[in-house]
Amino acid sequence: MTAGIEPRATDRYYEIRAGLFLRQMRESWKLFAESRIGLIGIGVIVFFGLMAVAHPILMATVWEYRVYHPVIGFDGEMVGHPTPPSARHLLGTDPLGRDILSMLMHSTQSEFLLGIVAAIVTVVVGTAVGAASAYFGGWLDSVLMRISDLVIMMPSLSLYIVLGTLFDLNFTTLAIAIGLVSGLGATAVIIKSQAMTVKVKPYVEAARGAGGSHFHIITTHMIPNLVPLAFLYMMFTVTGAIFSEAVLSFFGILNVRMSWGIMINTAQSSGYLGFGLEYWWLLVPAGLSITLLCASFYLVGRGLDPVVNPRLRRG
Amino acid sequence: MSKYLLNRTAQSIVVLFVFLTLVFVLVQAQPGDYADVFLQNPRLTTEDRLELRKSFGLDRPMYVQYALYVRNFVKGDLGTSFQHQRPVTDVIKERLPRTVLLFVTATVVSFYMGFTLGKIIAWRRGQFVEYASTISGVFLFTIFLPWLGLMALWLFGLELGWLPLGKFLSPRLWSDAPFNANYVFHRLLWSVFLGGGILIAVMFILNSRRMPGRAAMLFGLAGLLGLAGWFWWSTAGLAPYAADILKHMVLPVGVLTVVSFAGTMLLTRNSMLELLREDFVLAARAKGLPEKTIRDHHVARNALLPVVTSLMFSLAGAIDGGVITESIFSWPGLGLTLLESAVVGDMPLAVGAFVFTGVFSLAAHVVADVLYVFLDPRIRYS
Repeated sequence: MTAGIEPRATDRYYEIRAGLFLRQMRESWKLFAESRIGLIGIGVIVFFGLMAVAHPILMATVWEYRVYHPVIGFDGEMVGHPTPPSARHLLGTDPLGRDILSMLMHSTQSEFLLGIVAAIVTVVVGTAVGAASAYFGGWLDSVLMRISDLVIMMPSLSLYIVLGTLFDLNFTTLAIAIGLVSGLGATAVIIKSQAMTVKVKPYVEAARGAGGSHFHIITTHMIPNLVPLAFLYMMFTVTGAIFSEAVLSFFGILNVRMSWGIMINTAQSSGYLGFGLEYWWLLVPAGLSITLLCASFYLVGRGLDPVVNPRLRRG
Repeated sequence: MSKYLLNRTAQSIVVLFVFLTLVFVLVQAQPGDYADVFLQNPRLTTEDRLELRKSFGLDRPMYVQYALYVRNFVKGDLGTSFQHQRPVTDVIKERLPRTVLLFVTATVVSFYMGFTLGKIIAWRRGQFVEYASTISGVFLFTIFLPWLGLMALWLFGLELGWLPLGKFLSPRLWSDAPFNANYVFHRLLWSVFLGGGILIAVMFILNSRRMPGRAAMLFGLAGLLGLAGWFWWSTAGLAPYAADILKHMVLPVGVLTVVSFAGTMLLTRNSMLELLREDFVLAARAKGLPEKTIRDHHVARNALLPVVTSLMFSLAGAIDGGVITESIFSWPGLGLTLLESAVVGDMPLAVGAFVFTGVFSLAAHVVADVLYVFLDPRIRYS
């Protein structure tokens, strides 16, 4: 242990807090890095993150707006779209003359937005529902858990399809719907079971004895112990969110202008599927991106498993 | 036991009503209502409009509408589809057997495959087989299902020409068939359920008796059942039609299996690895039992429980996978109906199909719960 993160008597309160936090993070990182799969996942996520960040920069500097715009762009200088990969279009063009790489990078931004919103909603809702139903019990617990039962056994994709008929779904609303489904369902149940073990800890009893309000006990004593677990399930939510979005926009249920699912939809609806892999650049980049990004969040979740569940650590 | 069953049923009825209420709230929360589709006609007068809304019951207070909705559901009335101009329940009744056949076959095949493969790779820890199957398992677990379906369609349907391109029957064969497709579907379903039921029942009985030569008897019985089925099917004149349907089923079932067996496989492997250090495994080894017996009868039997639990939770996912698969292979089941009605804005059918899917998965959960009790003698519900 290096000096500086070890608390000293002369440190201020917040310095000790920060030091402890840093130390915990360092230990967690060591555990996380032990399993290679988590690192692979982080690597893939960083790669896609760079793609998302690079798109506006490229659009502002190298790529001409009319040619490379992901939605309304058209390359009039190339003949016979879709054209195979070339120096001008690194991943070729689609049947409408748009640059595949630009579409791919532009969609990455929306996928991250979707994933982050869904994850935040999941964590907030899942932690709140789990903590409240464990702490208060009684009828609140019964009602919330019946709702969880329902949400868990509900085919979620069918639900989003029906939501798409009734409402106008875009990235944000879909992300909120996914976050709610995940937060009210499996995440809430798992967090509740964790909260039950926290609830009977002596320090919760002590806090209650010292006159702490329900709100105070839940926010300062229970939730900090539940957040790591919520964080783990957040990763699986992101995987599900990206997958659902891709499927829904592939089916044309979502009201979005560009996404990986829409890229595959374009290839299919223009009839380039019958040629199989002859027009591979229409199908493979988008399909592979979906699979890779989904898999990477899943792998990060798996890597976080031993950090959050001490039972799974190697002895 | 009966008390547990009663309790479980009561609980699921409560959940069913929560579900119905949520669907009602969703339908109410949408902008506009069902009558809007008919009100778009510009020649309607104001009185006509009011009359039309009244005939839908939309002028009544919300709680009356809710009561009507629940009453209609109990009576089995889910409204009338806009695009088919038929009651929603009629459409569902027509499409359901196709989905059930696809779903049951895919679930059974993928579960069996995942469990068997998981068993094998758990026993080959650290070997190449394990790494290869783990990596491909995670890949298949997260693959973009429509993409996989389209690729399978292209490879087997177009390039190799082995299997038909979507739909569930060949129009040329069926154009002068003396019966409709659902007649054959119902019979197929009954054969599958009866045959499977008898086989599973006999398996249970044989397992509890510890008779020698059980495997041979089981295979003999399966052969006998198959022979009887074949005889019945060919004499009834249905065989070529059934074969046609089965041929169309290969690709959807195959794709559904490929994506869903991976989860079962990885879970079986993990739960077997956790059991390896248990005392009973050591005891079995000390008795000098062959490795295969230890694997299949001692470890796999105990590892089955978490796998079955996850199967219960993955039922909803399997139904979702069914929606995707059905639409890729244009298999006219419930999932495709849901999607098509959603795309064209046929709200009664979309909501009806969704309600039905929900009820279906609810029922499947109850059945799985009850089976679970039979599977694990340690669980005793009082």
